[in-house]
Amino acid sequence: MAARSGELPGWVNLGLLPLLNLAAAFLVSGLIVLFLGENPLEAVRLLIFGAFGYAEAIGYTLFYATSFIFTGLAVAIAFHCGLFNIGGEGQAYVGGLGVTLVGLYLGWLPWLLVVPLAILAAAVFGGFWAFIPGWLQARRGSHVVITTIMFNFLAAALMTYLLVNVLIAPGQQIPESETLPQSAWLPQMHEVMAALGIEIARSPLNLSFLFALICCVLVWLFVWHTRYGYALRVVGQNETAAVYGGISPARQIMLAMTISGALAGFVALNMILGAQHRLTLDFTGGFGFVGIAVALMGRNHPVGIILASLLFGALYQGGSELSFDMPALSRDLVVVIQGLVILFAGALEHMFRPYLEALFARPAPAEAVA
Amino acid sequence: MDEVFLQALLLTDSTIRLATPLVLAALAGLFAERSGVVDIGLEGKMLGAAFAAASTAAVTGSAWLGLAAAIGFSIFLAMVHGFACITHRGNQVVSGMALNIMVAGLGPTLAEAWFRQGGRTPLLGEDARFEPIVLPFADELRGVPVLGPIYAEVISNHNILVYVMAAAVVVVAWVVYRTRFGLRLRAVGENPSAVDTAGISVAWMRYKALVVTGLLCGIAGTYLSIAHNASFIRDMTAGKGYLALAALIFGKWRPVPALFACFLFAFTDAVQIRLQGVPLPLIGPVPTQAIQALPYLATVLLLAGFVGRAVAPKAIGQPYVKER
Repeated sequence: MAARSGELPGWVNLGLLPLLNLAAAFLVSGLIVLFLGENPLEAVRLLIFGAFGYAEAIGYTLFYATSFIFTGLAVAIAFHCGLFNIGGEGQAYVGGLGVTLVGLYLGWLPWLLVVPLAILAAAVFGGFWAFIPGWLQARRGSHVVITTIMFNFLAAALMTYLLVNVLIAPGQQIPESETLPQSAWLPQMHEVMAALGIEIARSPLNLSFLFALICCVLVWLFVWHTRYGYALRVVGQNETAAVYGGISPARQIMLAMTISGALAGFVALNMILGAQHRLTLDFTGGFGFVGIAVALMGRNHPVGIILASLLFGALYQGGSELSFDMPALSRDLVVVIQGLVILFAGALEHMFRPYLEALFARPAPAEAVA
Repeated sequence: MDEVFLQALLLTDSTIRLATPLVLAALAGLFAERSGVVDIGLEGKMLGAAFAAASTAAVTGSAWLGLAAAIGFSIFLAMVHGFACITHRGNQVVSGMALNIMVAGLGPTLAEAWFRQGGRTPLLGEDARFEPIVLPFADELRGVPVLGPIYAEVISNHNILVYVMAAAVVVVAWVVYRTRFGLRLRAVGENPSAVDTAGISVAWMRYKALVVTGLLCGIAGTYLSIAHNASFIRDMTAGKGYLALAALIFGKWRPVPALFACFLFAFTDAVQIRLQGVPLPLIGPVPTQAIQALPYLATVLLLAGFVGRAVAPKAIGQPYVKER
C-alpha cells in the first residue's frame, strides 16, 4: 500500500501525480455530464457556486468535510499499518450508538461532562467495532478486508434491531431515537459566533469541525512523532523487519485498527451531537466509504486529508445544489465522481507514473550506478 | 401433514429463487479469485448489470437484448478492474471498491436522466421479462402423490435464468477441474511464476478469468432486475455481491461447496421472510435482523478458524511482476 516514491521529486510525487489522477477522474465525470446532455463547464461553475458561493453553502461544505476528515483519518491510520479498513461505515454507525446512549442516559449531567463522555463513548464503541476485526487479523489470520465488510453488515443488522425494537422513541412510527437533551448538543458555529458577537449564516457546521482539526494534529503527532506511530509504520512497511526490530506486528495491528475505529466513530459527534440530535437509520450515509477516497487523495497525510475532505465536502454540497439547477444531473452523480476518484487516485495511481518518471526522474548519483 | 409438505415446498421454491443470483455471483467470484485477483466488485458488477438489463429491456422491449447489454456492461466493468489490477498492478480491493461506488451512483443517475422516475427504470411488461417456464407435463403430473407437487412447484415454473444457474454450476465445476483452462486458472492463482515459466501469460490468463467473472455477474444482475423483479431500483443488490463473496469463502473457493453455502444463505433469507413476527416454539419471536446477520457471522467465524479453515488461493491479491 505504501506509495512508491521512486525517483520522482517530492512535488511531483505529492502534488502533480495526485492532481493528474484527479484531473483524469474529473475528465471522465465531465464526459458523463456531456453524455447526459449538459454543459460540463457550466456544471462545474454551478457546483463551485453551490459549494462556496454564499455563506450558508460554505457552512454546509465544511459540515460535510468534518465527517470526511474523521473517516479519512480512520482509513489513513490503518493504511500506515498496512491494513485496509473498509469498515468505517459500520464503526461510525456503532459509534453513534455510544453517543446516543450517553446522550439519553447521562444527558442530565452538565455540558462540560456530557460532551467529553460522548466523545469517549464514540471512540470506545467505534474502536471496539474495529478492534474485533483487528484482533481476528492479528491472532487468527482472517483478512481484515473481508471481516470489516462483514462487520458493516453486522453493524447494520444490530443497529436496525436496536432502533426498531429498543431505542425507538415511544409513540413513533419512524425508527428514530428520542431527541437528545440539549445539554448533550454540540453548539453550532453560528451560535458560537453569535455568542462572540459575530454574525454568520446558519448551517449545521458545529464544534466538531474544530475537534476534527485537533484530531488531525494528534494523528500527525502520533504517526510521525511517537514510538507507537513509528512501530505502526514499520509493521506497515515490512513485517519481517518489525519482528527483527522487536516490534510485535499483532499488537500494532490491533492498536491501528482500534484507533481507526475510534476516529470513524467520531462521525457520530458531527452528525448526531452536532446536527440531527437523534440517532436515525443509516445516519452515516456512506461517509465511511468516502473516507477511502479521502485517504487515497490525501496520501494518508493529515494535511492532504483536510484538503481532500474540503474537495469532497464541496462535491457533496455543490452536487445537491447542482441537481436543482440541472435536473438531468441527480445527486447520485456525486457518488459516481467519488467512485471515479477512488479508481484513478487509488487503483490506477501508477498509471501516469512511468510518463512522469521519464519527464522528471533525476539521474541517479554516480556511485549508485556503479 | 399436507400443510407441512406444502410449506416445505414453498420454502424450497423461494430458496431457489433467492439463491440464483448468489450462486451466479459466487461462481463469478470463483473465477476471479482462483486466478489470483481479489474481486469485492461482484456487488457493483451485478448492480451495473441489473441496470443495463432493465433499461435496455425497457427501451427495446426485449429481455434477451437486456441480458446481452447486462453481460456487456458487466464484462466492461471487469475489464476496468483488470486494467487497474493486472496491467497497472493497482490495489485490487481499492479498485473493486471504486467500481462498486461508481456503479451505485451511475445506475440511478442514468435512470433519472433517461426515465425521470426517481432513479428507477419503468416497470416492465411480461414480454420484456424472463417469465416462468412451465416444464412439460407439470400440470398433468400435479396429481401424482409427493413427486407431482415437487415437480410442479420446485422444479418447474422458474424462469430460464434459474435453469442457467443450475447448468452453470455443472459447467463451472467441469471447467475448473477437468479442462486445461481450469488447470491453468488454478495454477495462476497459486503459483503464477510457475505458469509464467511454462510459457503461459499470467496477465492474459487473469484477463480471461475476469471475462468469465463479468459474464456470470451479468447474468446474476439480469436475474435481479428483469426476471425476479420488473425494474431496476436504487441499490437493488443490497449486499448480495458481498454475500456471494462470503459464500465463496465459506465454500473454500470451490464450486459445489460454494453452491451449498449460497443455498444455506438463501434458505436463512427465505426463512427470515416467513418468520417475520411469528413466534417460534421455546424461543419466542426471533428478530429478523438476527437471522439476516447469520451468514455474515458464520463467515467471520469460519475465517477466524473457529469452524474449519478457509485457505485462499496462495497468490491472491498480489499483482504479478515478471522477473526482469
